[in-house]
Amino acid sequence: MTLKSTLLAAVAVATISVMAARAERGADGHLNLLYWQAPSILNPFLSGGIKDTEASSMILEPLARHDENGQLVPWLVREIPTVENGGVSADMTTITWRITPGLKWSDGTKFTADDVVFTAKYCMSPEGGCQQESKFFDVKTVDALDDLTVKVTFEKPKPYPYGPFVGHDSPILQKEQFKNCVGAAAPNCTAENFAPRGTGPFRVTDFKANDVLTLEANPFYRDPGKPGFATVTLKGGGDAAGAARAVLQTGEFDYAWNLQIDPSLLAEMAKGGKGEVITAFGAAVERMQVNLTNPDPALGPDRSTLKGGAHPFLTDPIVTKSLSMAIDRTVLAEVGYGAAGKPTCNVLPAPALYRSAANDDCLIQDIPKANQMLDDAGWLRGSDGIRSKDGVRLSILFQTSTNAVRQDTQALVKSWWTKLGIEVELKNVAPAVYFGGSQSSPDTYQKHYADIGMFTNTFTGSDPETYMKNWTCAQIPAPENNWLGFNIPRFCNADYDALADKMSQTAVLEDRAALAIAMNDMLVQNGALIPLVHRGDVSARAKNLTGVRMNSWDSELWNIADWGRAQ
Amino acid sequence: MFNYTLRRLIFAVPVLVLISFVIFVLIDFAPNDPTGNLPLTIPAEVREKIRLGLGLDEPTHIRYLLWCKQFFINEPLNVFEQLTGWSVGDPDRLRLRSWSTHSPVVDLIAERLPQTLWVVGLSYILGICIAIPIGVMSAYRQFGWFDQIGTFIAMVGFSVPTFFTGVLMVVVFSVQLDWLPSIYDTTHEITGWSSFAFQIKQMIMPVCVLALYNAAQISRYMRASMVDNLSQDYVRTARAKGVGERRVVMVHVLRNALIPVVTVIAMGVPQVFGGAIITEQVFRVNGLGQLLISGIQSADIPLVQTLTFLFAVLIVLFNLIADLLYGLLDPRIRYA
Amino acid sequence: MRKASPLAHRSRPHHVWARFRRHKMAYLGLWFLLLVTILTLLGPMIWTLDPTTLDIAAKHQGPSLRHPMGTDQLGRDLFAAMMIGGRTSLMVGFMAMFLSLVLGTCVGMIAAVFKPLDGPLMRLTDLFLALPMLPLLLVVIMLWRDSLRTAFGPESGVFILVVCVISITSWMQTARIVRGEVLALKEREFILAAISLGAGPRHLIWQHILPNVLSPIFVSATLGFASAILTESALSFLGLGFPSDFPTWGRLLFDGTNYMTLTPARVIWPGLALSLTVLSVNYIGDGLRDAMDPRADTQ
Repeated sequence: MTLKSTLLAAVAVATISVMAARAERGADGHLNLLYWQAPSILNPFLSGGIKDTEASSMILEPLARHDENGQLVPWLVREIPTVENGGVSADMTTITWRITPGLKWSDGTKFTADDVVFTAKYCMSPEGGCQQESKFFDVKTVDALDDLTVKVTFEKPKPYPYGPFVGHDSPILQKEQFKNCVGAAAPNCTAENFAPRGTGPFRVTDFKANDVLTLEANPFYRDPGKPGFATVTLKGGGDAAGAARAVLQTGEFDYAWNLQIDPSLLAEMAKGGKGEVITAFGAAVERMQVNLTNPDPALGPDRSTLKGGAHPFLTDPIVTKSLSMAIDRTVLAEVGYGAAGKPTCNVLPAPALYRSAANDDCLIQDIPKANQMLDDAGWLRGSDGIRSKDGVRLSILFQTSTNAVRQDTQALVKSWWTKLGIEVELKNVAPAVYFGGSQSSPDTYQKHYADIGMFTNTFTGSDPETYMKNWTCAQIPAPENNWLGFNIPRFCNADYDALADKMSQTAVLEDRAALAIAMNDMLVQNGALIPLVHRGDVSARAKNLTGVRMNSWDSELWNIADWGRAQ
Repeated sequence: MFNYTLRRLIFAVPVLVLISFVIFVLIDFAPNDPTGNLPLTIPAEVREKIRLGLGLDEPTHIRYLLWCKQFFINEPLNVFEQLTGWSVGDPDRLRLRSWSTHSPVVDLIAERLPQTLWVVGLSYILGICIAIPIGVMSAYRQFGWFDQIGTFIAMVGFSVPTFFTGVLMVVVFSVQLDWLPSIYDTTHEITGWSSFAFQIKQMIMPVCVLALYNAAQISRYMRASMVDNLSQDYVRTARAKGVGERRVVMVHVLRNALIPVVTVIAMGVPQVFGGAIITEQVFRVNGLGQLLISGIQSADIPLVQTLTFLFAVLIVLFNLIADLLYGLLDPRIRYA
Repeated sequence: MRKASPLAHRSRPHHVWARFRRHKMAYLGLWFLLLVTILTLLGPMIWTLDPTTLDIAAKHQGPSLRHPMGTDQLGRDLFAAMMIGGRTSLMVGFMAMFLSLVLGTCVGMIAAVFKPLDGPLMRLTDLFLALPMLPLLLVVIMLWRDSLRTAFGPESGVFILVVCVISITSWMQTARIVRGEVLALKEREFILAAISLGAGPRHLIWQHILPNVLSPIFVSATLGFASAILTESALSFLGLGFPSDFPTWGRLLFDGTNYMTLTPARVIWPGLALSLTVLSVNYIGDGLRDAMDPRADTQ
């Protein structure tokens, strides 16, 4: 037995060293990926969960995607259409994609413009429950001009037309495979949804939902020398700490995704020497959502709505300013996120073009000054040490989702705010409830029945237009709109709405950036949001795994075709 | 006895229907939501459409009746068709589908059952096999050294939770010693001795962690019950009559002492099928426990409802079995 | 035939105490428990460090004079947290254990003694066993968390909620076991004799049945005590338990698990405190059972 395995290993090593030089498909053997949240389905249109879109990105591909710097790169097309190269019409209502010739599906058939048109029809079908529908907002028609040309027509001018077919969450499905799965039939096509055919480097051999996915190299992949690995296992389940251990300490796995744990633990595990921790930054920001409306339970249904009136003290800019000033963001980033966190004072910290420099004074903690500001504004300490003015006590209910890092952040913030003479009560809610948006629960982030809420948000792709629209008056959650909408602080400002409107009609990138920066500053300076940490993604890879270019703007597995194993 | 069993079984049907309704209302009422795990970048109107697509706009009782139809009529018919090859009625009848995977719930459960039975089931049997002798011996030499050590281990085993023992074992046996895999491979197939050895290797840690926990609990009940019975008059009578010591303890006392233990064991069996959520999570066994917890987290009502209802059936069934076993162990307990 | 003489020992509590003292381990256990209780109650007055005080510069420290049990990832003192946490854990443990024991024993006893109620009560037990815990807890949080918080304040409100939730979800095992024992007991000669002598059900239960089913009840109590302390920490993760900066033994152990290689003290102390407390509760149970054994006088 040992003799046999030694021999096999020897043969395997020999073949690898020969083949690696020639960069032959599958030469690097087997790759083990660990996603502690297991994928439940491989059709990203039926599940927008990150775990699902990541897993399917090894199989399905979009026409274009973002690289690790947030730049658009052509993927299945010859170039990115722009107004300059004529791909985008001058009135910005159409975009024309030219597909690379010679692409094949993993069953050997030809990839054509028809498949692209079909994918749009699949996702835009009203009964299909397509979870990426927002990618296709404002799309009027999608037509195949010929076998290799697709034209998307929008209902109105789209200054940023790279929604449909761009990014790992909007890939192309094969028409032949999914033609009977459109509309209401979509969820019932289990065989198709569990093993979609794609143009990507791998194809499914076996899929156990919420458990494990096994893949093999796609024999029809466009580059004959890729992918480097012959087979892939993507195992799911467990928790982030265990996943980190399996890569960094025991070396059982080659890559582990999303390791949101105490950075000092990660550092300790990385001493094992088997792997290393890698990070990449997108635009995600951990921020506090200040409640500008009154969350008093006595208001009943008008609680935390515009109708219920302004917040007793959080609408005072002095208070929010001193709250922000008392926070040491550097400590928060170090303790909670390590290399994957940078202190920030902006809601929109990236791409670099959109980053404001106007708020950076908040990076320095200054508790004495904050105290002074409160004293000057008439918020005076009572006998219990808590400040009050006109009978209003500075007592804050600070709520967030259950997550070890967030609870540490809460504890730190509480200790600083207590020094300001502010009473803080901490509350954490199970994530499935907090982010669930259930109408009956009082604990959702949208209802915001607290003074301060804290979570992370970001946007897909590299354009913040829709993201910045989140804080317009129309986006305020209220009982009338079933608490839908992302304007959690209930920030309502006509000037802001005008800027948002202007942005949707502006095409020049620099002008768009200036608008976005102005909106960012308005949100922060009016105390609607208190940005804390610019968060990156954290993963771990084995030391001998090569070619990993971690990407926060797209799937982390976006370039898995290039991955290999060092000798 | 037969009449009693039959009566209990018939009575179990309305009880189970009632239980299924209560469970459904409870799960439906719980504030977690199927769109809760989606990234925040998915806008609210799309979320609302997803909810509508899952039929969440229908009133609770309609959705409950739909589940009943799918579970009690459609799925059994499917199984029947698969077994016999005959087709009955409409072949395209609506299957009971999970919301998160969009695949039939029954298939998901079938996929998970093997690892749960292997790991959790084995650990339960192992736990019983350890617990009963320990309980008997501890009681027989009450306060002897064996009893003291047994008590200490049992208390540590019970008060130190599996999330701790599991991680401890991983740190010691996988990280430090590099003897055992820390992650359970559910795709592993046994084809020969070496793959069988691997299966054993990957099962050692989860099975041990669970067995310790189970044994700790059961051995305490066994010991207490044995202590009680050893001081009973019938034991003295039997000894006085000259019955061998071995026979007194192993037949007379053990038989009587098993009554409360049987309850404990029978109550534990449905939990075996329920999986061991924490242990499955630590070792990534991904059995039924993990399926249930992921279903609850993503508010997958059809999946959670079906799994929970199957557990309820097992609970009712095993409680009946426990009652019947009382009768066998102690013929004086009569069921009129 | 056995002589059941509970009356004798009930009228002479010092006899029970004397017999309890003869049980060395139980006596030791009682002292240990007393010591732990005193430490958690009075300790924080002497060791005045606040367990919520942060000191980032002193994070992940091993045992030292300043921090006898070391510190956590935010530099909070573990020794202070252990004492304050012990208060809550012991209270939750005892209250929840007591409630679930009373509930379980009553249901089991009534089911076994009063035949017509057996079916309905046992099916009710089945229902409770079948209810999925997590959704149930989420519903409980949704319905009652806020109103209890406003009525009793954040800490006492949550305490009431936690104790109630733990006890109404953990009485079923005790009920089934008590019922099984009583069913067997009911057919014993001395019970039949008592019935034929015209003993009423209340007399029967208090004087003859209950003293004879004490041992499984005490085992349930020990196990229930341990699991109540641990369940409490699980509840915090759902947002049902105490605020996250409120230490309890279960929570300290859970939080410390991932750090076991970095700062082993974070798991050793809570683990030890939990195990030893449960162990002493177990011995006290043993001792009480022996002391209250109706047959003890005749042996």
